[in-house]
Amino acid sequence: MSNWKTLTNGLIKENPVFVLLLGMCPTLGTTSSAINGMSMGLATMFVLICSNAAISLLKKLIPDQVRIPAYIVVIATFVTVVQMCMEAYLPALYASLGLFIPLIVVNCIVLGRAEAFAAKNNVIPSIFDGLGIGLGFTLALTLLGALRELLGTGKLFSFTLMPEEYGALVFVLAPGAFIALGYLIAIVNKLRKE
Amino acid sequence: MEKLKSSLLNMLLSLTIVCVCAGGILATVNMYTSAPITLAKAAALETAIKNVTPPYDNNPLEEAYNAITSAGDSLTIYPATMGGKPVGVAVESNSKNGFSGEIRVIVGFDTEGTIVNYSVLEHAETPGLGSKMEEWFRTEKNNQSVIGRSLSSGNLSVNKDGGDVDAITASTISSRAFLESINRAYSAYKGTDATTGATSNTTATDANSEATVLEEAKEGGENE
Repeated sequence: MSNWKTLTNGLIKENPVFVLLLGMCPTLGTTSSAINGMSMGLATMFVLICSNAAISLLKKLIPDQVRIPAYIVVIATFVTVVQMCMEAYLPALYASLGLFIPLIVVNCIVLGRAEAFAAKNNVIPSIFDGLGIGLGFTLALTLLGALRELLGTGKLFSFTLMPEEYGALVFVLAPGAFIALGYLIAIVNKLRKE
Repeated sequence: MEKLKSSLLNMLLSLTIVCVCAGGILATVNMYTSAPITLAKAAALETAIKNVTPPYDNNPLEEAYNAITSAGDSLTIYPATMGGKPVGVAVESNSKNGFSGEIRVIVGFDTEGTIVNYSVLEHAETPGLGSKMEEWFRTEKNNQSVIGRSLSSGNLSVNKDGGDVDAITASTISSRAFLESINRAYSAYKGTDATTGATSNTTATDANSEATVLEEAKEGGENE
């Protein structure tokens, strides 16, 4: 499989949110606005690329029976690096995402790709796989965040598109996340079948 | 190279090496980011203090001290002085009665106990409802604003509880918690004033500001 195919695979055919339905906790929790969704997606993408690269390099050195703890340590290291850098240089963003950053460690997408792809492939394809899946995740989270922000508050990336009075608050709250995600998955599946 | 066998020694070694490397990387990153993190936190606090107090020329962060509230717990107070004379304080206050968790605010008083401004440092209230408190209580509309009010005549409370502050629409609990944190800040500030021996002319100004509050309340009544 060529690198280009690996990349697009994660974007559409195996989109982690719309098709594989992985990583639902950050998907539903952080998408109250488009910018939050996008930042969460980018942070996850960074961790995915780094952990995929590191694990494909280390795969021969890690015996099978301890691979899961070793992968978790690798992933947790990169997540902590992201967290510390974000707290130091982007304190505003850190304040709004706060709790969800450490949770990237247990995001099943990251461990899933380490196990399913990076442990079986070389470094370059693994990086492309991390990039593809990461972009797919970012795309899905941004789309969901934008939809919820627009329907809930009438804004898009904090620019007002329609008066706030027309917004249905439910979309900013947790139930709205499920409703919006359900319709998005339906639409994506319909488009994929055609 | 062949993949390592899952023997006890191999497993122990590889896991140990992975953990040591991870520890090393984290220690390095921590070394480089700990200073910016402290700076960013201090800068955020200083901006908040600057926004809520009258202009000052000292360093309130260095002169910060703890004060006891009427409820018995302590809050941090940042005194602001101009040319050695006190112009007001910023009080870091909190309330545990928010709709979803703790609310932390910083509120500034001038020497007469009038609210200069406030800033919400941290909250977990519902986005679109309780989260409006960052703007709501400084918007000049009906009886929403708490800016310029004095607490010398008694604690602030929402109109549902017999007070004269308009609560955020559909977020009475968040509004109550917000006002509670302001009241706590004032009680900590006044408590310290008593111990440091506040000057006697405060009583006169207190009476003045009381009159303004009454006037405000009247105007509010007519508006509605």
